[in-house]
Amino acid sequence: MRGATRVTMTRRALAAVGVLALTATACGGGSSSGGAGGGAPDGVIRAFWTDPQHPVEPANTNEVQGGKVLDMIMRGLKKYDPSTGEAKNAVAESITTDDQRTFRIKLEKGWKFSDGTPVTAKSFVDAWNYGALVTNKQVNSYFFQYIDGYDDVHPEKGKPEAKKMSGLKVTGDRAFTVKLNQKFSMWPQTLGYSAYAPLPKSFFTDHEGWLKKPVGNGPYKVDSYTRGQSMKLSRNTHYNGADKPRNKGVELRVYTDQNTGYTDLQAGNLDVVDELPAGQLKNAKRDLNGRYINQPAGITQTLSFPMYDKRWKGEKGALVRRGLSRAINRKEVTEEIYHGTREPATDLTSPVLGAGGGYEPGLCGSACEYDPKAAKKLIKQGGGLPGGKITLTSNVDTGSHRQWMEAVCNSINRTLDKNNACTVNPVPTFSEFRSDISGKKMKGMFRTGWQMDYPLIQNFIQPLYYTDASSNDSGFSDPKVDKLIDQANAAGDQKSAIGLFQQAEKRILETFPAIPLWYQNGNAGYSERVGNVKLNPFSVPVFTDIKVK
Amino acid sequence: MGRYVARRLLQMIPVFIGSTLLIFCMMFALPGDPVAALFGEKKPDPAQIATIKHQLGLDLPLWHQYWNYLTGLFQGDFGTQIATQRPVAEVISQAFPVTVRLTLFAFFFTVLIGVLLGLVSGLFAEKVFDRVVLIFTLLLISVPSFVLGYLFQYFFAFQLGWLTPTVQDSRDMGQLLLPALVLAALSLAYVTRLTRTSVAENKRADYIRTAVAKGLPRRRVVGVHLLRNSLIPVVTFLGTDIGALMTGAIVTEGIFNVHGVGNTIFEALNRREGSTVVGIATLIVIVYLVASLLVDLLYAVLDPRIRYD
Repeated sequence: MRGATRVTMTRRALAAVGVLALTATACGGGSSSGGAGGGAPDGVIRAFWTDPQHPVEPANTNEVQGGKVLDMIMRGLKKYDPSTGEAKNAVAESITTDDQRTFRIKLEKGWKFSDGTPVTAKSFVDAWNYGALVTNKQVNSYFFQYIDGYDDVHPEKGKPEAKKMSGLKVTGDRAFTVKLNQKFSMWPQTLGYSAYAPLPKSFFTDHEGWLKKPVGNGPYKVDSYTRGQSMKLSRNTHYNGADKPRNKGVELRVYTDQNTGYTDLQAGNLDVVDELPAGQLKNAKRDLNGRYINQPAGITQTLSFPMYDKRWKGEKGALVRRGLSRAINRKEVTEEIYHGTREPATDLTSPVLGAGGGYEPGLCGSACEYDPKAAKKLIKQGGGLPGGKITLTSNVDTGSHRQWMEAVCNSINRTLDKNNACTVNPVPTFSEFRSDISGKKMKGMFRTGWQMDYPLIQNFIQPLYYTDASSNDSGFSDPKVDKLIDQANAAGDQKSAIGLFQQAEKRILETFPAIPLWYQNGNAGYSERVGNVKLNPFSVPVFTDIKVK
Repeated sequence: MGRYVARRLLQMIPVFIGSTLLIFCMMFALPGDPVAALFGEKKPDPAQIATIKHQLGLDLPLWHQYWNYLTGLFQGDFGTQIATQRPVAEVISQAFPVTVRLTLFAFFFTVLIGVLLGLVSGLFAEKVFDRVVLIFTLLLISVPSFVLGYLFQYFFAFQLGWLTPTVQDSRDMGQLLLPALVLAALSLAYVTRLTRTSVAENKRADYIRTAVAKGLPRRRVVGVHLLRNSLIPVVTFLGTDIGALMTGAIVTEGIFNVHGVGNTIFEALNRREGSTVVGIATLIVIVYLVASLLVDLLYAVLDPRIRYD
């Protein structure tokens, strides 16, 4: 009797599971055929995205995924022209100065946040003070380092002495002044970066709520954000800028990695992928029927030397570094490993600056040209490699770093006719690599990548080569370079400032603390459904210009 | 029975504390600083790092951090992620349902198809059908899951266009079908083999002969007498398998864009998000423990001679 009841129970349970599964698959089948790969509403762009690693707030976003959102929902005083990189007025009506140190800023009339509240001088000043204050833990705080009083709100140690920077003063509803702690003629041109965006009142009164659904003054507004799935954006009807969206909105879809995004692009389920997987670069142009973009981005890769190590100091060290540079066949590496998505570097800046912005190809001269014979000679003149050997160190968790490091070492070894002259020293993760660099533990060459904060020559020189600058990883120091940079920052007009920065660059390349390797390109692919796709100097798609067919 | 279950549940407590401690120490020992990594390629700001570490209690000694974590856990606080500043509980509650859905879907295939194929090929052992199933299962066992994943994607999504190649919405069972099939493939093959062997052996047993001699209908002989006794090894396997399905889905989740536990723990590990890794790993340990308890209880259901007192 007991057995019998048990059997019926099991059978009933099995039947229930069966029915459940059948209904489940049935519903699934229905919706997947109806949705045909999750089609988007008319006029809406479906774009590749991954969940941002930081909360999306202007002064706390330093990676491209969060930057993508900020670019759409925020507009600062200036905006970089997507094709030339030139900083043009956006919210600012005018920015004037007499001494390259105190700037008077006037805002244009008519700007509003997407919640309808007006953009005032206070929106900027409050946002900047928030971004700079050390206790707010914003990773982009250093953007405000040139403003007077930054050290009080962001001391190197201990608690801040003030909550607001003394250099910021509201002088009217739509006017404020900024006093810097040093002369910096190009400062207004830095203001296009999203860290300088204004913030509405709701950011300060309901921070949690704002993070869940950010509110800004950009061309788009956030409609909904479901983590691990998508963010939906539509046109901001209050937007006052000239670049009004030419589409109805954008749906940022969250992917686990670039490969799944690329798969969906090919299947027609996604319209814009702005990061193509390394393994697909070779075929992307053909696979996508030419719907493929490969253009300069503001990223350069260099190999730096530990200038704090006495073996690399002096004239002889410079000769060896120059020799190593000439031993690297950049063209081969960029073509074989990167399939043309990197360009051999011939100066310390980037092609995104354009000739007007200070990019000067060939500035590095013969030192960046591959010539095994000359390389051998130079290294010999410099007394050979210190200890007869050199290591090349980098993290290997991203960006095909292991492959190019091996190729570079091979190139050096071939030049020197020695098998183990150059060896690769892979560091598993970026954070380990970073702590080794800041601990000054480097012995040989190490990778130093630079992603620009704003398309200005200043940004490629000062943070990297000024004495004790924030990202001067090699410990390079040259009083002449420092002086030239100071002069450039104090220069009255942009042209002479750029000229002085180029002089500093030349001077740096005499000591050669870093070998320029290549300029990195941004690439993207898009579907047949959309047109007029471009990337801006930060390699972010210009969503406002994209048209949906 | 009740006492047995209570004892087993009590045993989980030391296992739980031990495993959290172990994983916590391992995360602590890993090189690299997750806070410094927040700054990307830029030089980290020491003042900022100190503030963040202090607020998250990462500047305390290991034992103190662990104590804080454990006491927080008993108040339902799984900690906070360093980079996203989101509560770990929220991250987990976002990833777990996705994985549970995928796992149950895969599990359903494993049980249904696995047992069915095993039963039929066991009944017709050494016949053509059995041989075909043998080849089929050997193939599934030997092909790595990512090969199977990309193959399925290529055929069913790109060539035939029946399904979407990736998962957009994990609540849509149609989209989960492909990853569930790929995920189920390996276990399915094992279940088939196990059932087949067990059935083939038991069908010669005395009690089957008795049942047939009594004149019982074939359905009852196979369905109750034979299958129930043959399922004991299968149930053991399935119990541990449900845990493996939940954690072993990293590759499958990656191919099909499923934002589940595997993907979350992999990312957290890469970014050295200690509390996230410990939280998820601990939950998986609990899943294993509960599954093995259920298996032990199921033994008694399948075989009345087994009693727990």
